[in-house]
Amino acid sequence: MSAGPQVVHTETGAADVKVALRGVTKRFGSGGRGITALEELTLDIPRGEFFMIVGPSGCGKTTLLRILANLEQLTAGEIHIRRAAEDRPQNSMVFQGDSIFPWMTVWANTSYGLRMRGVPASETREIVGHYLEKTGLTAFRDSYPHELSGGMRQRVSIARAFANDPDVLLMDEPFSALDEQNRTLLQGELLRIWDETRKTVVFITHSVDEAVTLGDRIMVMTARPGRAKVFVDVPFERPRDVLELRHRPEYGEMVYDIWQHLRDEVDRSQQAQSTPPARGLMQRLTRRGGR
Amino acid sequence: MSATDAVAKDDLSPDRQAAAPKRRRGLGRGGRDLALTVLSPIALLLVWEALVRGGILDARFFPEPSSIIGQMWMMMDSGELWTHIGASMQRLFLGFWLGLVPGLALGIVMGLSRPLRAALGPLVSGTYPIPKSALLPLILLIFGLGEMSKIVMVAIGVFYPVVLNTMAGVMQIQPIYYDVAKNFGARRWRVFRTVALPGAMPSIMTGVELGTGLGLILIAIAEMVGAKDGLGFMIWNAWELYSVETMYVGLLVIAVIGYGLSVLISGISRLVMPWRADR
Ligand SMILES: Nc1ncnc2c1ncn2[C@@H]1O[C@H](COP(=O)(O)OP(=O)(O)O)[C@@H](O)[C@H]1O
Ligand SMILES: [Mg+2]
Repeated sequence: MSAGPQVVHTETGAADVKVALRGVTKRFGSGGRGITALEELTLDIPRGEFFMIVGPSGCGKTTLLRILANLEQLTAGEIHIRRAAEDRPQNSMVFQGDSIFPWMTVWANTSYGLRMRGVPASETREIVGHYLEKTGLTAFRDSYPHELSGGMRQRVSIARAFANDPDVLLMDEPFSALDEQNRTLLQGELLRIWDETRKTVVFITHSVDEAVTLGDRIMVMTARPGRAKVFVDVPFERPRDVLELRHRPEYGEMVYDIWQHLRDEVDRSQQAQSTPPARGLMQRLTRRGGR
Repeated sequence: MSATDAVAKDDLSPDRQAAAPKRRRGLGRGGRDLALTVLSPIALLLVWEALVRGGILDARFFPEPSSIIGQMWMMMDSGELWTHIGASMQRLFLGFWLGLVPGLALGIVMGLSRPLRAALGPLVSGTYPIPKSALLPLILLIFGLGEMSKIVMVAIGVFYPVVLNTMAGVMQIQPIYYDVAKNFGARRWRVFRTVALPGAMPSIMTGVELGTGLGLILIAIAEMVGAKDGLGFMIWNAWELYSVETMYVGLLVIAVIGYGLSVLISGISRLVMPWRADR
């Protein structure tokens, strides 16, 4: 764990590129038993883009986000994140799974980043009040997480990240544990909140639907070791109406297109995990197997 | 995530499930339980009294409850009992803090730091199984017959459960909470204050409760040797004077103190852990 290349903050580079990855590679362990989670990932994320990452499970999505968040060191390559202001946090993460503190109230959880940074109390109250309002949590400000539903807890996690006002928002499958109704609801809420500030977002999902619904651009990743397989632009205008969008024929086409890219990768990751003779799940589902 | 674990456990208990939807019934049952709790010891005392008066129980070993109460009344009136209670409580109080503070500090750093755990773990868990009462002669040798030896005995009793439970409590905190703290810019002290301490709190309070119980046992034992006051001395002295009633008064008072302390500690637990579901 010694001095590997670190996430670099820089003011150079094209002004509209917020996050730049160059040959990012991550290996866990070493020698023959080590596994390569990410390999030679190179990409630019423009400022204000809602960037989606889709890939089969285990392809290194979480690893990539944790590297961006400085929670994991990369093995090779470089990352540049253009800072807007030094006194603002570089990133805030909405973690995969339950991550709000069970021992703090909704208010204390949501204000956590601001309190840790020593933002004045009056300003903290104002910002937190705003995001609690936006997420419909105002009435629950003094509740503890165990008193909330899964959807409400996820709203706290999102409010906590937005309230911290970071340069880049990192979201790791924030809705994957929710039922479909809650997921659709929260997707709509997220887009409304995001529309206020249009921060740069890196959003991970394993749902193609979610990627097309939320994103400006989608990166489809390969099965492990994770690489960029293809980038797809999502042409839908903003602000979006989540339900109306799903009605459009172009929406269905986009989802289908992306599935075409993803299918083989999901297949490969399934095969890597199950016994060799089994045919891939996606091959069986789409009856288009046998390349 | 022991907080949520405990919540889950509570939710599973049939009592709670039944009580939650129908509050009135729960209260009625609580009332009945309370009545039973109060009535059953009274019934026991009445039977005891009757057995002694009927000559079935030997009054030399089991004096009638009425004479024990009478003796207690006398000792309260003369102030003697209060002196002993005061002396024991003071030693218990001082020993409690003397054991708690290092136990808490050491438990937390051992929970957080792998090297420290490797270095100190064997020492702590190796000395833990020694019966603490067996240390009394050594403690008397080192600290003399005065107050300090008694306070140290209590401290030893409090220290072990606190240090071991605190360490276990810190270690079972989900790593994701440390990631959150780091991601949201918490520095060392803040990580400790906002993650390690509250995350380990349920376990810490268990340690405090066990430690206090052990402290009470040890103070009674310690006061039997070379003390001039305290409940342990009172009981020992009663043996020498052959005042069986006084012995029983001492036992009764210690039982009441033990019960009072456990009520106090669960009250404090609720106060410092308002996020726990129980209440
Ligand atoms: N700390 C770690 N040590 C060893 N292997 C890891 C570690 N974290 C992740 N991995 C491995 O790296 C691969 C990518 O994991 P992850 O980024 O969590 O995938 P995803 O989020 O896309 O499902 C997986 O095979 C996983 O087992
Ligand atoms: Mg993941």
